[in-house]
Amino acid sequence: MLPGFGLSLGYTLVYLSLVLFIPLSALAIKAMGGGWHTFATVLTSPRILASLRLTFGSAAIAALVNAVFGFLTAWVLVRYRFPGRRILDAIVDLPFALPTAVSGIALTAIFSPDGPLGRALAGIGWPVAYTPSGVTIAMVFIGLPFVVRTLQPAFEELASELSDAASSLGASPAQVMFKVVLPLTLPALITGFSLALARGIGEYGSIVFISGNLPFKTEITSLLIITKLEEFDYTGAAVIAVVMLTASFALLLAINLLQKRSLKWLARKQG
Amino acid sequence: MGAVPAFRFNGVRRTLLTAVVLFLLLFLVAPLVAVFSEALRKGLGAYFAAFTDPAALSAIKLTLLTTAVVIPLNLVFGVAAAWCIAKFRFPGKTLLISLIDLPFAISPVIAGLVFVLLFGRNGWLGAWLEAHDWHIIFAWPGIVLATTFVTLPFIARELIPYMQEQGRDEEEAARLMGANGWQILFRITLPRAKLALLYGIVLCNARAMGEFGAVSVVSGHVRGQTDTLPLHVEVLYNEYDFSAAFAVASLLTLLALVTLVIKTWLERRGVHATRSA
Repeated sequence: MLPGFGLSLGYTLVYLSLVLFIPLSALAIKAMGGGWHTFATVLTSPRILASLRLTFGSAAIAALVNAVFGFLTAWVLVRYRFPGRRILDAIVDLPFALPTAVSGIALTAIFSPDGPLGRALAGIGWPVAYTPSGVTIAMVFIGLPFVVRTLQPAFEELASELSDAASSLGASPAQVMFKVVLPLTLPALITGFSLALARGIGEYGSIVFISGNLPFKTEITSLLIITKLEEFDYTGAAVIAVVMLTASFALLLAINLLQKRSLKWLARKQG
Repeated sequence: MGAVPAFRFNGVRRTLLTAVVLFLLLFLVAPLVAVFSEALRKGLGAYFAAFTDPAALSAIKLTLLTTAVVIPLNLVFGVAAAWCIAKFRFPGKTLLISLIDLPFAISPVIAGLVFVLLFGRNGWLGAWLEAHDWHIIFAWPGIVLATTFVTLPFIARELIPYMQEQGRDEEEAARLMGANGWQILFRITLPRAKLALLYGIVLCNARAMGEFGAVSVVSGHVRGQTDTLPLHVEVLYNEYDFSAAFAVASLLTLLALVTLVIKTWLERRGVHATRSA
């Protein structure tokens, strides 16, 4: 028998309590402290509702964009051999590694009306920076690696013989993609989508520069928490935080259930 | 019959590849280029002046200091957690692993908020701290706490699967030969897991130096005192000192690029990333 079980487990639990559990219960208790009335006031405040709509809506759109482009990126990186592939593969993790404030100002520089791309897009009537589109763009940036990195192992496991067999039996590339590849990697795609979604909902740094933070228009929920704190409205800040956490946990739970169902469906299909 | 579908597939291939490369150039390469071109817009003199500014030096110092405290804290935690989870069986293990992952699912702003609720002026311990003239929020300890919270999982979640995969045969053999627990840990377990350990430390370091949301909530933005590097970037940017903001940002970008290089190198040596939000 190896020694140290009690010590290591004890240390782990004490550390987790000090750093995570006690602070998080402080949040819950503070939010409850105001009673249901405070919850109702916060939840019906038009400014907060607008921010929740913006945050969850943009995160959903960004996760969908990432589901499509992340799927294609992972596919190309796993299946194709081309010069520069390894560099592209390594750089997919850039949004993980780059501090969010840096991503934020860099994206703003590109998409602001003074930036090269921002000027062109504004020219065709699609201003990005300081609009809800800017929020979505930042969330696409920050969520991309989650989809790519969840799908890559799934594509690697998916034997290439399978799609080769399908195409040699006369399936068109589209048939191979939609009848073989997509169904088999759907659970991984759903996982990647939900991770990107969760990250988008909680994201702050890469968004606040490009969004412009106009109340009712481009103000994300995380920023409202900071606004409440600056007004020393601790209860208000805690209530928004609890609403946000509950909503994103519920969302993740729902998506987990969906993923389990799609796995079952997959097993039935294969069996 | 064979030639036509093959040609068509090549067309699909080329289109896909072009679309993906363009998408990655736009979303990943363009921000990198933007950071360095904006940083150098006013020339090399202005670029280096951004680092000799006292506020920048103080931000660099605070960032290094914070990281130097946070990494050892999460390192000891990671080793302890990995030891009990990877080498023993006990009820509630799965729950414990998901609890360790919790900070990944929580918005960084909320991570900062919880410490303000505890230690802030109107917080639970606020009055008591004030009576003793101790400062946590709007001071260095708050920055360390918030950074510890957001980077807590990094080392543990790399070590746990790696040490689980390695089993416990070697440790048990050492135990039979009379080694004590610390000898086993320092001479067998940790040396065997050194790549995963390094991987976790590199990721923890990148996040600790770059954390913005959580630190922004607890720092109070006292220039030259409680601004870390990312906060200093924000301050410069909001003062419309763009070339200095991007110069400091380029330093953080270099850190990110070095992180990616080490990460890729370690992955080629068989360390696998564990993914979660």
